[in-house]
Amino acid sequence: MAFHHALKIQEDVCIGCTHCIKACPTEALRVKDGKARLIEERCVDCGECMRACPVNAIIIEEDDFGRIFQYDYRVALVPSVFIGQFPRNIVTRKIYSGILEEGFTHVYEAEHGSGILIDLINRHLSARPEIRPVISSFCPAIVRLIQVRFPALVNNILPYKAPLDLAEISIRRKLLDEGVPGDKIGVFYVTPCAAKIAAVKSPVGEESSPINGVINMNTLFNRVYTVITREEKGFCIVPEKEQLLPEEMEWTLTGGEARYIHGRCLSVDGIGNAIEFLEKIENDTVGSFDYLEMRACDKSCAGGILSATNRFLVSERLHKRAEQYYIDKNQGKIFNNKTITRYRDYVAGNASIGKVEPRSIMKLDEDMVQAMKKMQKIEKIRNYLPGIDCAACGSPSCRALAEDVVQQRAHTSDCVFVAMKVKGGETMNQVVDYTEKIWGKKRFKNMLPE
Amino acid sequence: MKDMKFEYPLEGGDFIKAGYASSSLKKILNQLNLDPDLVRRIAVATYEAEVNVVAHAFRGIMKVLVSPERILIRVEDEGPGIPDIGKAMQEGYSTASDRVREMGFGAGMGLSNIKKNTDKLEIHSELNKGTVLEMTTLIKG
Repeated sequence: MAFHHALKIQEDVCIGCTHCIKACPTEALRVKDGKARLIEERCVDCGECMRACPVNAIIIEEDDFGRIFQYDYRVALVPSVFIGQFPRNIVTRKIYSGILEEGFTHVYEAEHGSGILIDLINRHLSARPEIRPVISSFCPAIVRLIQVRFPALVNNILPYKAPLDLAEISIRRKLLDEGVPGDKIGVFYVTPCAAKIAAVKSPVGEESSPINGVINMNTLFNRVYTVITREEKGFCIVPEKEQLLPEEMEWTLTGGEARYIHGRCLSVDGIGNAIEFLEKIENDTVGSFDYLEMRACDKSCAGGILSATNRFLVSERLHKRAEQYYIDKNQGKIFNNKTITRYRDYVAGNASIGKVEPRSIMKLDEDMVQAMKKMQKIEKIRNYLPGIDCAACGSPSCRALAEDVVQQRAHTSDCVFVAMKVKGGETMNQVVDYTEKIWGKKRFKNMLPE
Repeated sequence: MKDMKFEYPLEGGDFIKAGYASSSLKKILNQLNLDPDLVRRIAVATYEAEVNVVAHAFRGIMKVLVSPERILIRVEDEGPGIPDIGKAMQEGYSTASDRVREMGFGAGMGLSNIKKNTDKLEIHSELNKGTVLEMTTLIKG
């Protein structure tokens, strides 16, 4: 089974250090030949490695921007946090205009799909009282984390698509109904993170996504910010075609879902916090919850890895935008004619996802007896490793090295201490030379005296 | 194939550490590729047993024996013992102190919850000495 990961390690930039392998919550990275390597089936696309990398060697691969011009109708499906990227003196209409100026023909905010979800979630909660807690399917990194680390909880995942998918369904339907041929429509999602790209390129519980391409949010931000600050001749400010409702504007922020769902709900953000809480849920030690909103990033999508602006400022702008909505409404400035409201039944009818399959990365072997043998070997190896978790072997911890040895991904002597002790009598220099296959040739040449 | 043994000491009154043993055991069972639902049931049962020791006893130990056919878990404690096991098995019956209840434990679901989540449960208890819980979970397949 192939996994699409948007995170790519640029070999020529990677300096082969231990930051990313230590930061990865699923231990998906190792260092070999002086470069970080990804164990694909373990990666959940959370982007923690990218945050940890000191030299920006990890990037998020996006579709070429020029690809949008393959279509006559070019829809930018933008997340509301995109609006939050800009300083508050730049009004939403101006941002919309900037997006159109860059070549899109339509701007549609992905959270138009969230209002309809509130109903779907609440109905699901009353229809399936035996499944508790229901865990939000919103954050693709969390969905993948549950698949690989909490396989007992896959059935708790909400069986509905994310707002961006529902928004895509309604905007495409609208264009088709206006008589636009299907092959002329290109819907491009502007993503705040790597996980959403993975969700579009290899969705969970679906064969494939109808979204035509993905543009990184920071790329579009640079383009739009440049064009609106330049205010070139001919730049006209277009009206917002459709207004997001306040609950939709704040949906992707922490608490955005939990606020509107019935029963006992909790919002958890940050992947470390999510892991801690899922452990408790799996052990049944925190009492009963009806709904869990969980997002891998601190401050949810405002803290997305492709956010160009500080997460607190992004949240602030979105909260202000929601407040402004009520002011405008009182002044009679809101005329809502939401596309998705017109297609409500159609969207709801296409909102379900298939079964989310568990794919545990924890099992040592398919066969229990073999797994027991391997576990015993791991324990034996762990006993003579130093237990300091220095990661100089290229694995994130001594325990991970022991597992790598048993799974034939590494050698015990990759541990510098084992190499010195066991190989007996070898000098430090020899041991250092020996680690070159992990840290790269001539890595340690500057250490030697002239 | 040698069976595998694991032991986890338990400390009476230490609610902060309650859950450590069941959580560690769960990690091991996940590595052995046991059915996720089976792992969840064992995790729930062992957590309840752990909390029982923490809430009622002075100290105890959880001993786990893993074989390809079954998981045998024995929780031994030094404590007050259970005066009436039949009553203790009833849902909602609890002798937990107010302090323990204030912390959200002691709802009287412990033993019945353990029974529900294991294939076999044996309880031996001696007043003012301690309690031994033996839970067996069979591995089908």
